[in-house]
Amino acid sequence: MNKTFDNRAWWLVVPVFLMVAFNALIPLMTVVNFSVQESFGDNVFFWSGVRWFEQVLNSERFHAALLRQIIFTALVLLIEVPLGLAIALAMPRKGPWVSVCLVLMALPLLIPWNVVGAMWNIFALPDIGFLGKLINSLGIHYNYTRQPLGAWFTTVLMDVWHWTSLVVLLCYAGLVSIPDAYYQAAKVDGARPWAVFRYIQLPKLKHVLTIAILLRFMDSFMIYTEVVVLTGGGPGNSTTFLSIDLVKMALGQFDLGPAAAMSIVYFLIILLASWLFYTLMMRNEAR
Amino acid sequence: MRKRYLIPLIYIIFLMLPIYWLVNMSFKTTNEILGGFTLYPHQLTLSNYVTIFTDPSWYMGYVNSITYVVMNTVLSVLVALPAAYAFSRYRFLGDKHLFFWLLSNRMAPAAVFALPFLQLYSAVGLFDTHLAVALAHTLFNIPLAVWILEGFMSGVPKELDETAYVDGYPFWKFFIRIFIPTIAAGIGVAAFFCFMFSWVELLLAKTLTAVAAKPIAAAMTKTASTSGYELGLLAAAGVLTIVPGAFVIYFVRNYIAKGFALGRV
Repeated sequence: MNKTFDNRAWWLVVPVFLMVAFNALIPLMTVVNFSVQESFGDNVFFWSGVRWFEQVLNSERFHAALLRQIIFTALVLLIEVPLGLAIALAMPRKGPWVSVCLVLMALPLLIPWNVVGAMWNIFALPDIGFLGKLINSLGIHYNYTRQPLGAWFTTVLMDVWHWTSLVVLLCYAGLVSIPDAYYQAAKVDGARPWAVFRYIQLPKLKHVLTIAILLRFMDSFMIYTEVVVLTGGGPGNSTTFLSIDLVKMALGQFDLGPAAAMSIVYFLIILLASWLFYTLMMRNEAR
Repeated sequence: MRKRYLIPLIYIIFLMLPIYWLVNMSFKTTNEILGGFTLYPHQLTLSNYVTIFTDPSWYMGYVNSITYVVMNTVLSVLVALPAAYAFSRYRFLGDKHLFFWLLSNRMAPAAVFALPFLQLYSAVGLFDTHLAVALAHTLFNIPLAVWILEGFMSGVPKELDETAYVDGYPFWKFFIRIFIPTIAAGIGVAAFFCFMFSWVELLLAKTLTAVAAKPIAAAMTKTASTSGYELGLLAAAGVLTIVPGAFVIYFVRNYIAKGFALGRV
């Protein structure tokens, strides 16, 4: 749509601008402040330059948490996006079952995050949880509170349970919006199902898939509550992702300087990755 | 042809299992939960639910949560409406940068902002109020609402606006009487997402409240640590946090299918 240039439109944006600025800029400045100062308590601060940044960027603890975070996000994206797409493709398009499917599938999305954690905490317990009992009865020794691998399996499974529906809903909406004429044309040409998917459905889904991948990337990179309630970052540090490490540092040990420096690095990583992905997708779309 | 419906069916069963397990536990006595593994409650009890509905420290948690979630949803959608209109209809100085900046707030980890938020809202005297949580949640909900609404508004042809102005409608009258009803589905979808993200977020809600505005899910964590292992009570509280969400989904189910398809989302 060709838009008119009119700076008076700013007036319409002012309320949003003010509210988000209040919520975003002031806290961000607080974080920046902490990140370049040293404190010995009593609200006395000294300038410390980029020392905290050097400390964080060189610390093994940060590297380990970052690595765990990247592996987790990659795993989650690799499972949820194809799975969500497949489920959306297999869903009925018309009839009474559509509503039933949508309502049931959207349910996990509306459960508070710590309830999700608590629910899986109980569900996966080896003695009184259904999942734990089931896996152990298959002859596999499984106890997610003791085994790092078991904790990872449970965390990833919980995230798949929690968020795949978002991908399904987005893809389903994209699929429904494809006009029937496209499918009829494909039928006339005698296209195989694979060809229909590759040359009609996938291109039309590109936009919603971009949104789904972006949202899933951002949210899985910021995951906190569910994992804290499920495993508490353990056993050991095996499921301590970036947010959990950050909160441990800031509120647990009250190392505000390093924690603030880490916050900024963390935020910049998400921002940069999202911006890169977004620009790449948009460039492809323009072509 | 019928076989492919197996995929959504299996998926839904997978989704329902943990929820069933929670419901199952909420009807059990603590003895039965800890006593062994049972697939359904053998001694059905409603006492967990009775406790929640008679004890103010429990049920006020629900009232608090719903209060700030509704405040946040109304606030986010109200201020996002004119902004989304501006983005969808006009170009103005710095519009693209502003849009990306707004979205970038959706990417800010709550863990990063928890402590500064606590300081900020204590400084302005809003600590432990519903308004504080509602305002804090606008950080990620306003950008989302603007994004969704902008998509829907761009789908409405510009001729609608122009005809109205030619007919002599002033801007606000056109906006409220004609434009808003046209994009009702979009508003439904935006409100749904605002409700959802405010309802499920807890790190900020917990940080910004102490007693008066404590959200229900935070009350749950407190019980878990102080009064030992009351799993049945916890499960019942968990089940009750699913109920409002289920209601909202049920009411907007048609909007979701249609709304998603109309908008760019």
